[in-house]
Formats: sequence, structure tokens, C-alpha cells
Amino acid sequence: MAEFEKANSIGEWFDQRLNTSGFWRIMMTEYWIPKNINFLWAMGALLAMLFTLLLVTGIFLLMYYKPDVNMAFDSVNYTIMQEVAYGWIFRNIHGVGASVVFLVIYIHMFTGIYYGSYKKGREMIWLSGMLLFVLFSAEGFSGYMLPWGQMSYWAAYVITEIFGGIPFIGDELVIWIRGNFYVADATLTRFFMLHVLLIPLAILGAIVFHFYTLRFPHVNNEEGEFFDYKEESEKYLAGDKKESKVIAFWPDFLSKDFMVISIFMIFFFYLVFYHNAFAMDPVNFDKADGLKTPAHIYPEWYFLWSYEVLRGFFFDIAGISGKSLGLMAFGFAQIIFVLLPWLDKSPMVKPANQRPVFKYWFWLLMADLFVLTIFGKLPPTGINAWVGFYASISFIVLFLALPFLTKLEAKMVGGK
Amino acid sequence: MINESRRGFMGKAFGAVAAVGAVGSLVAMKKSWDPLPSVMAAGFTTVDMSKLEANKLEIVKWQGKPIFLLKFGSDMPAVEKRSVKVGDNYYSVMIGLCTHLGCIPAYSQGSKQFKCACHGGEFDAAGIHTFGPPPRPLDIPPFAVKDENTIVLGESSPEYEALIASLSTDNNIA
Repeated sequence: MAEFEKANSIGEWFDQRLNTSGFWRIMMTEYWIPKNINFLWAMGALLAMLFTLLLVTGIFLLMYYKPDVNMAFDSVNYTIMQEVAYGWIFRNIHGVGASVVFLVIYIHMFTGIYYGSYKKGREMIWLSGMLLFVLFSAEGFSGYMLPWGQMSYWAAYVITEIFGGIPFIGDELVIWIRGNFYVADATLTRFFMLHVLLIPLAILGAIVFHFYTLRFPHVNNEEGEFFDYKEESEKYLAGDKKESKVIAFWPDFLSKDFMVISIFMIFFFYLVFYHNAFAMDPVNFDKADGLKTPAHIYPEWYFLWSYEVLRGFFFDIAGISGKSLGLMAFGFAQIIFVLLPWLDKSPMVKPANQRPVFKYWFWLLMADLFVLTIFGKLPPTGINAWVGFYASISFIVLFLALPFLTKLEAKMVGGK
Repeated sequence: MINESRRGFMGKAFGAVAAVGAVGSLVAMKKSWDPLPSVMAAGFTTVDMSKLEANKLEIVKWQGKPIFLLKFGSDMPAVEKRSVKVGDNYYSVMIGLCTHLGCIPAYSQGSKQFKCACHGGEFDAAGIHTFGPPPRPLDIPPFAVKDENTIVLGESSPEYEALIASLSTDNNIA
């Protein structure tokens, strides 16, 4: 065993045993971030903050929530909202946080797409990020079921029913997932388990992995510039911070992140206190009733675009039913973002506005997602159904065209 | 060399034990998610049809699903291969879940149509899809006509088998 000298301080005592100073150096003061970035690079820290908020408020909600079809609704709307001291604030933070976390995830994701931060060595960052998106979606869906209101029930019904579209095993799979022929007590309790244990565990693991994927390729920068991190960090350590292209994760980068977090938290708690209605659908304040479908069902805003792709195909094409087409398009929409690093054939790592072809693709995609989101909320009748259809087709065409467009771009820029 | 083969054997032995354990665990985990026996057994619903009024939708619950019972009035001709004759009257007996994604369509007495609010699907009084994304008519639950006023849901019968048989052939064309 190594010799241990008597420690002169508590810090030294831990340092001898855990190498805390070495760990701190590797993870913080000598973890290098490019200097050439903007506030959009703070979204990761913001997401970590929001996830922590959701975890903590979730723990408090968990103490009074009852995952039983006869008690769930009252345990939320009566016990937590009215009886528990400050129960309402935990619920509002949890509900608003769930909605806002998706807003920041989308900003984070489209920042990555805009700056090309998913290719040339950064594929694993993108893949682990998309894994987190899937896990957060599952977490959002399972959590939405728990208050056991009408929207909870029918969202659960419609989404589990989607699995019925899988050939051969679909019908039995739906019953297996629900644990009953319909969305029932067994369904609520198992989705409760998923929401409070299994998926959060997976998310925690995926977050750690996502951080790790950044370690070697490093975070992208505003110009997509590649440089020698060793050289730049040596400049920084030698005291030439002005010339160096990098800054330390702590204290340089994180202190600015905390500034962004502070501004964001003011906005966030403004929503929590004064504008929480957008995360609390009035229909969900009616208790779940399996015999009464609400007049109009729609998911939370962050699922609207993929929901609109699902229902965009409302008639048969070439002998394939509208339902099957919708499911295929929905499946396509779920996985296609994951494949982005391989669909983008252009070698350019630049912000979209500096890429001759990609810039049009990017803004067309943004516009299409915007249209899909708006029309996902509207009743699917008359002209709306057709707008939904063409927007869904456009979504698919955009992604199918991407390899060809980016190959064209690669030719135009000649491998730059 | 001896050590190598010994280690190889230990590796294979562990692999075999782990594989058996993994398969057993997966089976147990899968089965624990199956519907409980009490759920599977939740069975039969007896309905008194004499209380129904013409062109007024009655909904009863069977296996947690809403069952549409619609008595046809004298102005509503019976639909071949869809209508169920109980006593002297014809009825629609259908699972009240849209065949698109399982929402419950609402019945409009005026237009004698079912309209699904979720994705705009429409069905006529016999449950045949006439517009929108539903891929097939409303499903018919297993039923047995007991006497001139009574049917039992959940129990199969020759009448039911006949309707289902005709459906599966018709459906391919539609």
C-alpha cells in the first residue's frame, strides 16, 4: 500500500484517498471548450438544470401520488394541488418543466443541426443525444398518463393502439403492453413504474454517456473550425488566454452558463407562477372515462409534429390503407433524425447559412415542422387534412432528398 | 496451455449458466406483463334489447370496451351482412371504437352517422366506414341471440360467425 502522510486539511485528506484535485482538473479546469461559441452552447447545462428540477419535484410528488385508477385523479387534483403545503408548486414546476424541457431539447437539437455538430467524428454525440430524446419522449408520455384525466387516458389509449399496426403480433402486443384489453389499472401502474424508476435510470445513464461522447471530438464551435486542442490548451495554460482558441470548462464556460441559467430561470418561474395553463390542459381536469372520448384529442405541443405525420395520410394510396401509411410515416419520422450524420453527405462542418444547399434544406425543414405543429393541434377536417397531408409528404421528401442535395453541395464546394 | 483450456471451460460454463438464466428471466418478465387471469376471464355481458329506442344509440360496456347498440327504425333498411336480427327488429351491434386508432365515434341522429372526432373518420348507421382514415368497418363483438329480447356479448354463435366470415372476404375488396 502507498504511504499516506498525515493530511493538513480535510481537502487534502480526501485528495490523498480519492485524488479529488486530479479529478477536478480532468473534468473541470482542464476540460477544454472552444472560445468561439454563443448562448446556444448553454442549452446542455440548461437541460441538466431542468432535469434536476424535474427529478426533485418528482420526488416530492411521489410522496402523495397514488398509482391506482380509483385514487390517482384525486391524489393529484385534490391531495397534491389543494392539501399538501406547496404541493401545487411542485406540480406546476413538474408540468411546466416537462413542457419547457422539450423546448430546450429542440433548441439544443436544431442548434446541432444548424452548425453541423453531428458529423466528422461527432456521430456518437448525436446518437446519444437522440437516445436521450427518445427516453425523454417516453418519460413525457408515461408521466402524462399519471394524473388519470381524460387526456391522460385517451393519449395512453391512442399511443398504445399505435403498436397494433405492427404486422402479425400487433393486437396481442397492445394487450400485453396494457395488461388488459383497454387502458386500465394494470396499465397505469406499470407506466408509473416506468416513469418514476426505469426510464429516469436510463436517462441518468444516457446523460453521463452523452457527456462522455463530447470528451474526444470536443464541442463544435460557431464556425465549425477544427484545431489542435493540445496546442491551444498549452497556450491557455502558459497564460496566453487571449491568443488561445479554448477556454476551461470551469470557471470560464460554466460561469457564463450560469448567467444563461439565471435568465432562463426567471422566465421559467414566470411561467410556473403566471402562465402554467399551457402545460395543464383543461380537458385533463375531467377524470378518465373509458366510455367517452373527448371531442378533440391532441398531444402536448412537443409531439404535435409527429402526431400530424401520423394522421396526415387519411386515405388509401396504391392499395395501402391510410392507417398503415400513417404508421409507416410515423415510424419514419421517429427514426430519421437518428440517421442524420449519414444522410448528410457533404463534408462541410459550417453553420447552415454558410452552406450553399443545406441552408435551404434547414429552413424548409424548420418551416415544415412549424406547419406540422400548428396543424397537429387543429381538427383534421376539410382543408386542414390536406395541409397535414402535404406537410407530412414534404417532411418525408425533405429527408429522402437530403443525401442528394448534400452530394450536390459537396461537388459545389469541392471537398471543403 | 492447461490454464488456457481451464479458463476456456470456465468461460463456457459461465456462458451456459448465464444464457439459461437470461432466457428464464426474459420469459418471467414477459409473462409478468401479461393480462392477469382475472382480466382474461372478465367475460360476458347480457343485454336486454327491448329497452332500446329506434335511431337512439345505446352504449354498454363489455371487456372495458364500449359496445354500440343501435336499433334500426322503420325508415332504416337492414344492411346485409351487418345488421343483427333480434326478435322482429334489426340492430347494429358493434364495438364502439374507431378502427383507425380506437377513439369512440359519436352518433348523429340527424345524419344517421358515426363521426370520430380524433381524425375525422365517418361510419354509417351499420358501422361501415364512409370517410377518413378508418381502414375497415366497426368491428362486431362476439354475440349470441338468446331470445327475442336478449343477447349475450362475449359468447360466439352461428349468426356471429356468419357475419365475421362475410366480413373477412368483403374487407379485402374495401
